[in-house]
Amino acid sequence: MTPVRRGIGGWLLAAADRNVAILFPLPAVLLVLGLMLYPLGYTIALSTRSYDLGFRRYSFVGLSHYAEALTNQRFLDSAIRTVVFTVMSVVGSIVLGLVMALILNREFRGARWARTAFLLPMVATPVATSLVWMMMFNPSLGVLNYLLGLMGIPPSLWVADPLLVIPSIVLVDIWHFAPFAMLILLAGLRSLPSEPFESAMIDGASRWQSFWHIALPLLRPILLVVVIFRTIDSLKVFDIIWVITAGGPGFSSETLYVYAYNQAFKYLDLGYGSAVIVVFTVLVAVTSLMWIRARERLSA
Amino acid sequence: MDPGAGALIGMSFATFRPTNRMRRRLERTAERALFHGTLAVLLVFFLFPLVWMVLSSLKTNVQVTEFPPLWLFWPTWQNYADVFTKNPFYSYMLNSTIIALAAVGVGLVVGLPAAYTMARYRQTSLGVLFLSMRILPSIALLVPLFVIYRSLGLINSLGGIVIAHLIIVVPLIVWIMAGFFEDIPKELEEAALIDGCTRAGTFVRIILPLSKPGIVAATILSFIASWNNFIFVLILGGRDTITLPMAVYGFVSFEDVNWGGLNAAATVITVPILVLSLVVQRYLAGGLTMGAVKG
Repeated sequence: MTPVRRGIGGWLLAAADRNVAILFPLPAVLLVLGLMLYPLGYTIALSTRSYDLGFRRYSFVGLSHYAEALTNQRFLDSAIRTVVFTVMSVVGSIVLGLVMALILNREFRGARWARTAFLLPMVATPVATSLVWMMMFNPSLGVLNYLLGLMGIPPSLWVADPLLVIPSIVLVDIWHFAPFAMLILLAGLRSLPSEPFESAMIDGASRWQSFWHIALPLLRPILLVVVIFRTIDSLKVFDIIWVITAGGPGFSSETLYVYAYNQAFKYLDLGYGSAVIVVFTVLVAVTSLMWIRARERLSA
Repeated sequence: MDPGAGALIGMSFATFRPTNRMRRRLERTAERALFHGTLAVLLVFFLFPLVWMVLSSLKTNVQVTEFPPLWLFWPTWQNYADVFTKNPFYSYMLNSTIIALAAVGVGLVVGLPAAYTMARYRQTSLGVLFLSMRILPSIALLVPLFVIYRSLGLINSLGGIVIAHLIIVVPLIVWIMAGFFEDIPKELEEAALIDGCTRAGTFVRIILPLSKPGIVAATILSFIASWNNFIFVLILGGRDTITLPMAVYGFVSFEDVNWGGLNAAATVITVPILVLSLVVQRYLAGGLTMGAVKG
């Protein structure tokens, strides 16, 4: 065991060791403060200023950037689009994830292989897979239109159509993240007690009845966890949209994240961009908090 | 509906009454067909884009744009050769690897002790802090980082990117590991403390060796997160910090897209990640939900 050290050095070491609860997390906490709270405050401060990148000069403009954003049609459109995108993607990925989890929850030959196969999209590099989807979406040479043709469905413009671009990108997002929903819901299904299902079976309940009346209510807390994480991630989708359409055609797939990126880093309007970012961050934070509260109320 | 139809339906029920056993067998076959059909459709949906990526990477540039698409062809390795000879792809790969390894290394040194005390002393405020880092959109931090990096000359430097990647790597490591540390029985540490071991010594000599599988999972998952990341390099990077996602993205910014090369590059960057993820399959659920569910 550690030899006992004497003198001031030994005393200091012993004192430090008594306070591991403070010293151990200290570096991580300092890091979070430096990389999160400080930049966050900076962004808020910057949102009330106009910043000249060339001369590095600030001028205070109060809340006018916020007023500008809230009266800007392009901003409002992107906000609505973000909400629509998120609702579609969250609902779609959870429904699909639940179907996958129910399938994998049954025993069949090759179940482990199927599970592994389902997990691959979740870890694959989004930039790379988005480019593959972009190629598959291509209206003239894409494989998706070919497959539609085989089924006798007329070709679609996919991401080139202003009305279809959001549903098409939602499809890619679901492809990426339904496996995530599946993974958590499967863990949830496996942790359910077996007694209620056994007694339901004795009472002659059908599979569907025992799913709808027993499994689903019991799964509620886990479902909320999935909703929390899927909502956070859908609101923040950037890579997929940026790679496939960069917000186009026109602005028809520009979500708040993409709009903020364009303002701050394409047009280099850092002040106005920061105001947009603050509004966006508040939206993400409030939505997450709302769901987390709902989750707490459920377990209380 | 006219009364005649009703009578017809009634009659058909009266004349054809399947036995219970027949009906049950029919139901079971239908159920099984539905089950396997759904499974097959889902497998095709989730695997097809990856399969199509690999297939396209093995086609010549003429074959890859052919319509209707080619399904049978003689594979060529030319695209892979081109990716590595016409582009400094090795150095992009090196950049991605250096950034991910450095960020994960620092992340482990900083994150493991924090995760340990978070689990042992029930420091919920720490949990909230790291969870909020997970919730925040990266872009909320990127404007200041961009301004600060510009004045410090950190734009287009590997070190700068590594620091930025800590924003995603540290919360991930802390949450995965806190779950692991919680599962280690307290008695083991208490015994070591009674034997005269210091708390820090207990952590290094007893806790860490016991959590090796967790550390492997945390390392791989945070490595993947860093490897896949795009926006930090997009904003803070430059010519000397081109990572693999940046390089692949570069394939489309030219006038005519080199589809074969693009697919080869996409395959090269995706495959290592897919293989790594298979190693930690078991820990994916717990890791990715920040301990909200134990997988």
